[in-house]
Amino acid sequence: MENENLIEVNHLTKVFASRGVMSKGQIKAVDDVSFSMPQEKPTILTLAGESGSGKTTIARLILGFIKPTSGKILYQGRDIWKMTKDEWVRYRKEVQAVFQDPYGAFNPLHKVDRVLTIPIRKFKLANSEEEATDLISEALGVVGLKTDEVLGKYPHQLSGGQRQRIMLARAFLLKPKLIVADEPVSMIDASLRASILNVMLDLKSKFSISFLYITHDLSTARYVSDNIIVMYLGSIMEMGPVDKVLVKPLHPYVKLLIDSVPVPDPERRWKNRIELPRIEITSQSLQTRGCKFYPRCSQRMEKCSKERPDLANVEEDRWVACHLYQ
Amino acid sequence: MPDTLLDVRNLIAYYMTPTAPVRAVDNVSFNVTEKEILGIAGESGCGKSTLAYSILRLLKPPGYIRGGEVLFKGSDLLKIEEEELRRIRWKHISYIPQSSMNALNPVMRIEEQIGDAIINHEKISKGELRKRIEDLLVSVGLSPSVAHMYPHELSGGMRQRVVIAMAMALDPELIIADEPTTALDVVVQRGILQLLRDIRSKLKASVIMITHDMAAQAQIVDRLAIMYAGKIVEIGDANDLFNDPLHPYSRALISAIPSISEKKKLKGVPGFPPDLRSPPPGCRFYPRCPHRIPGKCNVDEPRLIEVKNDRLVACHLYR
Repeated sequence: MENENLIEVNHLTKVFASRGVMSKGQIKAVDDVSFSMPQEKPTILTLAGESGSGKTTIARLILGFIKPTSGKILYQGRDIWKMTKDEWVRYRKEVQAVFQDPYGAFNPLHKVDRVLTIPIRKFKLANSEEEATDLISEALGVVGLKTDEVLGKYPHQLSGGQRQRIMLARAFLLKPKLIVADEPVSMIDASLRASILNVMLDLKSKFSISFLYITHDLSTARYVSDNIIVMYLGSIMEMGPVDKVLVKPLHPYVKLLIDSVPVPDPERRWKNRIELPRIEITSQSLQTRGCKFYPRCSQRMEKCSKERPDLANVEEDRWVACHLYQ
Repeated sequence: MPDTLLDVRNLIAYYMTPTAPVRAVDNVSFNVTEKEILGIAGESGCGKSTLAYSILRLLKPPGYIRGGEVLFKGSDLLKIEEEELRRIRWKHISYIPQSSMNALNPVMRIEEQIGDAIINHEKISKGELRKRIEDLLVSVGLSPSVAHMYPHELSGGMRQRVVIAMAMALDPELIIADEPTTALDVVVQRGILQLLRDIRSKLKASVIMITHDMAAQAQIVDRLAIMYAGKIVEIGDANDLFNDPLHPYSRALISAIPSISEKKKLKGVPGFPPDLRSPPPGCRFYPRCPHRIPGKCNVDEPRLIEVKNDRLVACHLYR
């Protein structure tokens, strides 16, 4: 079918039970989230938000590590929890993951080669040893590594940047349609970060691989992605093309976030001051009705404390969940 | 000329390993003047945290100080008695360690933790102490009621503000902050940077801010030192340095920062930092430098020299 999306997330909700000593409760880590990524054209979609926004939970849901409380995840139109065994194997091949800590993904006792040979064996990508070697050197070349630099070495002998590139090479081996990348550069030094982001851009343009890029860092989101979703406490606040959302944000929360990103230029320092909360908004005092950002919002209205705003289509390709725009 | 508060001269700090020492801080000199915010930037493993430990004489084995002087208002912190050093730490120089928000004692209320730091150095009545703690909390934008809370009741950003309040408790002249904003959400990060700037105006103190985050540096520091592989490669006025970085490494580092406000193609720096057990001869950036001069840069180590007013660079391109 031609009009199916690559990934479609429908009313996705994930509730975790919190078993505190003092309180028992439920935390809605992901709260009725819907979005999609197109099939026809490779795109990089950023899922941005602060800690506790639910962005990593969405990644784990899409990768099938955890089951949604309600809602669906469709891959090319098929519900990932209703797939046949064959469909699931294909899904696991076509949707790959890269994580924040490029050290944790390696077994320190094994040479890094193993990370590349295992998927070849598991998914029977090569018919001979020779073919396997060719695949590996192609994949390493694509991510800008030379075989003799990295093969035969142990993880601790490589830099974080090299290790993260090997993880991208590993994902590339499987010719995926989508890579879910959860904070892939946040532990990488600045001088090496740019080259990892450039590898992502290359994989998109040359090999038609889409990315779901999960990050708290809006500057790298601007650099690498086409579209962005900004989340707050489990809900989407704003969604649209990155060049619009990050340049002219609509939602007061997104405005506050962007205003707080430090500009790397001493001549453009913050002029106004911000006040941090004097005492914390704890999960108990969380807005159960109304807008989740209500307690912190500078433009709040009476309505906002009572009615939760829907994610509404306010411009051609932009969506905002805020009563100011409804 | 403002008075020099801290003068670090030819500081050398190594880590012992079975093969060869790791030359983490290798002949580093710089100074901090009164009421100044000095930034120390550089990537992981460049020696910036080792530098902080060494200044405070907190470096633990296998780390050791091999040479140099750390002159604080004229007296060498590396030579004074342990007893005197303890008097200086906290009272005159305080320290905000890396991931310090996780370093608070989980079973002590905030007031006890801040109180302890004060009582150890000053004789003060109970009433005065309570007032002092409340004032400190207010000065970092927290409610006085936070005093009665335990660390687990506070968010990471609030705990970091408590740690800053503790560092300010005894009115020190110098505060050394090691990655004070890393791992905090961006809005909180901005609030913390604002607080570090306030320290200067409120306490009339100097701050050394160590962070790899160049954008955070750009927002608050007066002067900036850039470290690479155990050495300072460039130091100067922050405005000037960001506008016109001279050392090829500083240039690369500044041009590798993505910006939210403009989309420009970023170039990474090819190659990787050297193993500090066997750094390359000559300039340590030689293997990665786009402007290297073979036969010179890989033979002669460039010294940190003044190339224009208040700008020191360690590079053979500028002599």
